[in-house]
Amino acid sequence: MLTIATGNKAVAAAVKQVSPEVIAAYPITPQTEIVEQIAEYVTNGELKSQYIPVESEHSAMAACIGASITGARTFTATSSHGLLYMHEMVNWAAGGRLPIVMANVNRALGPGWNIWAEHTDSMQERDTGWLQVYVSTVQEAYDTTLMAFRIAEHNDVLLPVMVNLDGFSLSHINQSLETVDLGDFIPPLRLPHAIDVKNPRGYGPLTGPEDYFKFRWDIERSMRDSVKVIESIENEFFRRFGRSYGFTDDYQCEDADVVVVSMGTLGKEAEVSIDLLRKEGIKAGSMRIRWLRPFPKLDLKGRDVVVIDRDYSFGYGGILAEAVRSTCRAEPYSVIAGLGGQEVTYDDIAGFIRGRRPGEESWFGVTPDV
Amino acid sequence: MYEIRIHSRGGQGGVTAAKLLALAAFRDHKYATAFPFYGAERRGAPVVSFVRIDESPIRVYSQIKKPDLIVVLDNSIMDVVDVLHGLRPGGKVLLNGTLPHDMKGFQTLSVDLTTIALRLNLVVAGSPILNTPVIGALAKMGIVSMDSAKSAISEMFSDDRNVKAAEAAFQELVL
Amino acid sequence: MTEIPKEEYLFKCTSACAGCSSSLVLRYVLKAAGPDTVLVMPACCTSVIQGIYPNTAMNVPVYNVAFAAAAACASGMSAAFRAAKKSTNVIVYAGDGGTVDIGIQALSGAFERRTDFLYICYDNEAYGNTGMQRSGATPTGARTTTTPGGKPDTKKDIDRIVEAHDPPYMATACSAYPHDLFKKVTKALSIRGPKFIHVLAPCPPGWRYPTEQTVEMGKLAVKTGMWVLFEREYGKVTINGPSRAAMIKPLPVEEYLGPQGRFKGISREAVDALVSLARRNAKRLSLEEEGVC
Repeated sequence: MLTIATGNKAVAAAVKQVSPEVIAAYPITPQTEIVEQIAEYVTNGELKSQYIPVESEHSAMAACIGASITGARTFTATSSHGLLYMHEMVNWAAGGRLPIVMANVNRALGPGWNIWAEHTDSMQERDTGWLQVYVSTVQEAYDTTLMAFRIAEHNDVLLPVMVNLDGFSLSHINQSLETVDLGDFIPPLRLPHAIDVKNPRGYGPLTGPEDYFKFRWDIERSMRDSVKVIESIENEFFRRFGRSYGFTDDYQCEDADVVVVSMGTLGKEAEVSIDLLRKEGIKAGSMRIRWLRPFPKLDLKGRDVVVIDRDYSFGYGGILAEAVRSTCRAEPYSVIAGLGGQEVTYDDIAGFIRGRRPGEESWFGVTPDV
Repeated sequence: MYEIRIHSRGGQGGVTAAKLLALAAFRDHKYATAFPFYGAERRGAPVVSFVRIDESPIRVYSQIKKPDLIVVLDNSIMDVVDVLHGLRPGGKVLLNGTLPHDMKGFQTLSVDLTTIALRLNLVVAGSPILNTPVIGALAKMGIVSMDSAKSAISEMFSDDRNVKAAEAAFQELVL
Repeated sequence: MTEIPKEEYLFKCTSACAGCSSSLVLRYVLKAAGPDTVLVMPACCTSVIQGIYPNTAMNVPVYNVAFAAAAACASGMSAAFRAAKKSTNVIVYAGDGGTVDIGIQALSGAFERRTDFLYICYDNEAYGNTGMQRSGATPTGARTTTTPGGKPDTKKDIDRIVEAHDPPYMATACSAYPHDLFKKVTKALSIRGPKFIHVLAPCPPGWRYPTEQTVEMGKLAVKTGMWVLFEREYGKVTINGPSRAAMIKPLPVEEYLGPQGRFKGISREAVDALVSLARRNAKRLSLEEEGVC
């Protein structure tokens, strides 16, 4: 069906179709609309999930964990401080090898209080063992949420997946959305280590130094295996529904002398900058990173690279820039832009590319008097 | 790409008007996006919403800086906000009601949306509904087709007075 | 006398301290619950007692979860089991720190949402697993490693906090009265909704008394009136036999405090505070049982 929807409503629509057995969530701006929509679906009978209106995000993830280990499919959604409040359980979900799907509506962290888009919240969860994907359109939010369940639940993965969408700029924008008839795209979940009272085991007991690292390695092995799984699920999605996305969304990169690397809605806006620059005779391209974990292999050899970070690691640098620098042996021009919803237009992005200074870092809008 | 900025007060329906307009454009087989600027506003505070309409997919997320059209649902906002800011040369303005202000030579149209709403008793929580009649006025201006305007309104609202309000605004707006 | 099943769900030779009464409690809890049971366990003594990977001392599934998260985890688990039409018992087995301190928010949320589960708090009145630091459940005057001069504050009354959530069933118990505990767990599990059992579990190394006195210590707590055995079923209070007797003629409190190293050198004021709190609590429960309040 073709309609228009916000990013939040698109996520809720996907969740409704997947129909997880248990949804536990706590409202937070700008994710609220997802929770409200799901509560509405459950109340009017369109969604048969057990909806647990928990008292905190820590409990939201804990409840998903408790449900998931019984073999139930689970979903939650959060944002910003909510994500950080559940940080302990975010780790627990991955360590417990539970295929929980979570939408995170990217939002800055306080203080000062700021409800607008930034990626620092999910970046702070990047080492937890979750797969992380960043989307840039309402359609992509819907499609990726559907695929997230398949990827998380694949026997070669069995890790949770976080679908990230920019607060307000994507969560609250109305765009066209084509929903699909899922058919058997999402088969019933068969969790191999689901609790079975006839075969009692300990789940996550005290584990000594001689064994603990093996479980950590097993997460990494699955993270590596997830690359093939993501490819195959994306291919299947394309065959069934005609849309595909990939690890990166590349725009005019083939012959580009300079590539701008970014994530989320800025990555879409960057394409308009590329059109501008091409008209000026600058051979520029845009590479929008979708999957941050597992981090994709990027082909940036022999080109100038400009990285836009909507995040920061204090005392170190833009987190995406550092990833590009270390995995591609590139010397990117690192631009810190869009923090806390700072307006960044395609004109601004074109300016970053024109004025690039490889190896340097620049904070957009920061002048000596700031 | 055609860019529209809608000024209203929180609770007057500017955000919904933007969504209705995008849906109508979409029903015209065009691409459209609609989004408000979310601040910490509460009811009664000035709110800005944006609509972009184009023949090809819209990849721009930043706010509209140089609109082609400005819609003002509450003229009192003009006392506190420079609604004409950034309006392109040749751009248009649509006001609710009369023309008390200096519109700096921009082509300005007006229709009394509030009276239309009150006449049809389209009132929620004491406020006249402006977001459905304004779509009729915008259809008269050719931003969307009237058929799509009506279909968008019926998709979002079951009360057929909303379509009637749009029709009234369509008739009453003098181009 | 109640027939107690012979089946054991807590195996022998665990790593529990000698004289550990919480292991005794768990043994009877599991006997009452039977095999169709999952334990949800936050960090606590029992999460060590259960064994080190790949071994387990439990013959029921145990889900270990972070300190603050047990009741919330159980919420999700119970919802998933019930959605799958399974009546599996979901039992949180948590210490006093994991209940009255760090876990209280999740506990409150789960009770407010009417989660179908049983929450058991075994109360050894301190953070036992990490070597006896004070908890909200440590009584006035007790020395712990973080209250070396004796705790100046009062024991948090978790029962009244839980009561405020109006659960269909809640009770206190004590490791020294296993039949009473067995009956209460059995009754709790026959009722749908959130249930709470608060079990006093004396701790020889923490309370500093000889290991062989662990049952005696529990009995003294009850007989001196420092611990009251009662249940509240759909709001109606019943004070159980041993505590009823203690209310008529309590043993001197010194018989309970004296043998415990943690109360060594306790001030007269602190003893008076403990006794006065216990008497007030007993009086309130009596009045409630009589239907006066």
